[in-house]
Amino acid sequence: MKPKLLLRYSKELILTLAVVFLFTTIILLVTGAPVLAVYYHIFKGSLGSWAKFGHVIKTWIPLTLCACGLLYTFRIGLWNIGVEGQVMMGAIFATAVLRFGVESHFSELYLFLSILAGIAGGAIWALIAGYLKTAGGVNEIFAGLGLNFVAQAIILWLIFGPWKRPGIASMSGTELFPKALWLPSTFLLRISPIGIFSAFAAIILTALMLRYTRIGLCLKAVGNNPKAAYLFGVKPQPYMLLAMIFAGGFSGVAGCLQVTDVYHRLLPAISSNYGYLALLVVMLGNFNVWISPAVAFFFACLNIGSVQLPMMLQLDSSLSGVIQGASVLAALGMQAWRMRIRSNEVGAFYE
Amino acid sequence: MNEIDFTILFASVIAGAAPIVLAALGETITEKAGIINLSLDGSILISAMTAFAVSFETHSLVLGFLAAAAVGAIVAAIVAVFSVYLGQSQVAVGFVLTLTARDLAYFIGNPYSRLQGLQIHPMPISFLKNIPFFGKIFFTHNLPVYFSLILIFVCWWYIYRTPLGLNLRSVGENPRAAYARGINPQKLQIIYAVCGGLMIGLGGATFSLCTKPGWGRPQGAEGTGWIALALVIFGGWHPIKAATGAYFFSFLQVMGIYFQSWLPTVPAQVFQVAPFPLMIFTLLLIYISQKESVLNWAEDKDRIKSILAMFSGRIPTALGKPYQPE
Repeated sequence: MKPKLLLRYSKELILTLAVVFLFTTIILLVTGAPVLAVYYHIFKGSLGSWAKFGHVIKTWIPLTLCACGLLYTFRIGLWNIGVEGQVMMGAIFATAVLRFGVESHFSELYLFLSILAGIAGGAIWALIAGYLKTAGGVNEIFAGLGLNFVAQAIILWLIFGPWKRPGIASMSGTELFPKALWLPSTFLLRISPIGIFSAFAAIILTALMLRYTRIGLCLKAVGNNPKAAYLFGVKPQPYMLLAMIFAGGFSGVAGCLQVTDVYHRLLPAISSNYGYLALLVVMLGNFNVWISPAVAFFFACLNIGSVQLPMMLQLDSSLSGVIQGASVLAALGMQAWRMRIRSNEVGAFYE
Repeated sequence: MNEIDFTILFASVIAGAAPIVLAALGETITEKAGIINLSLDGSILISAMTAFAVSFETHSLVLGFLAAAAVGAIVAAIVAVFSVYLGQSQVAVGFVLTLTARDLAYFIGNPYSRLQGLQIHPMPISFLKNIPFFGKIFFTHNLPVYFSLILIFVCWWYIYRTPLGLNLRSVGENPRAAYARGINPQKLQIIYAVCGGLMIGLGGATFSLCTKPGWGRPQGAEGTGWIALALVIFGGWHPIKAATGAYFFSFLQVMGIYFQSWLPTVPAQVFQVAPFPLMIFTLLLIYISQKESVLNWAEDKDRIKSILAMFSGRIPTALGKPYQPE
């Protein structure tokens, strides 16, 4: 049974990739772009050198963190679209803590506190959406979406108001933090061990939580059938809030790392759309904790590789988004096709 | 302090709201039939890009509008077919399309960015524009703006006053019962999603050919789709209330210029967020106003009852849950 299943999955994967490749090539041909050169530059721009690979890893870390958080909310059947705002809130809270540490000699302490603050910020923002859902009957999609825009407005207000750079406030963000408040990074790839560690810790913790703990089981029970879960004594509301806290906490760490490891300041695009992208990652990763990080790596390669396109070929870098979106759509289509075949098989069996 | 000329202020509110009204009406029709087209933000951008590019190449505004409507309809059709016939989550497909359509618009539209293209001209209506005050507000615009004004009432009339509109609502409320009455819910849902998509596409074209002429990254229409989605809820799935919300939002945007001079430290973007907390607040009110304890409490308090009635809207019962035939 198992090898057969594996064979079918790999067959579907190859088919999905072929559809995406075909679609992208058609788009490129329509716009008159040099097809081979585009693929070459995306590949070379992401995996062509160790420095580029370091950038890919820096994108992979927040994507993986957000994806892990989303696994909890998807497991219980919540569409946590507010993950984008949770990343922003994590970044805001982390920046707030770091601002106290600028003059201090205990920079390590402030870096540590900033991670805790990031978790708190993301979790609070997620809890607001969660409470609106459980106590206020507001759909989590619209609550989360609204809170995303509110978080964005708070960032803009902070950058132009209380936290503006001495002299002139601008879209380029707050003042750069001193080097002591940057996360230490290895000399070779310029990536921070703490970032890598937190991403892997998130993967392993999520895998263990969802697979081996009572919480994971209850999340799944509520997600599959809230009424049945209730009859078994599992109240959906507390578990929904718990799932939101996990999602917000992980995204908050991602937001904090964006400040301490990537930009070293707060800027309007601090979340870099990683929250929204992580939703795609998890969907394409079939809501699986082991596949999603691999998908996140693929997406990170596309993001970093496509940065070359405007410079080398005068094309827009948004091609990465087109490929990512097309992949998820193709995967959803494939899933529907698989379900249809299966229901036909069952039907034939009964006939 | 700036002096405010009210006729100019209201005229620019009406003109600025036109694309949002079109998009919000399209989404209202779609959601009344039970389909959530979450791809609004992306489909507005891609249809705006299409309208600009097509009118630039063909020197025809009409073709630009038609192409944009077609693109809007195609995106809506993808959402509808994936959900109605393939059984996939509308939210998932819509969300993926939001991001994909936006990026596709940026990628394909790249060669057209910051070019001087065609632009629609105002067409004042000769008899009516001389009416004092109102003439200037309502009758000095261009065709898409008139169209958006007329469409509000056409939509309301179609949904609430025609037999076809009754079918439309029944499919969104109870597709099983509609099926028993001899209506094909799946077909109707696809049709109305496509109709809504046409309007959304026209809204996008209105952006790039009239409200914020031109194409670029960013175009300036970013985020409008989400606002239109919020307005549909704010309007309680009623076309006239949704359009009112659009005018209110446009008013806030125009007033943003004045707010800027009154509160110079607050960036303009902060004011543009206003619809989102309002949307959450409306959803809360809808939930609260349907609670029995609240209804009993408001029983003999006329003013509170009328406020509740103003905000209360009913979500189409089958929204997001497409009908699966046995």
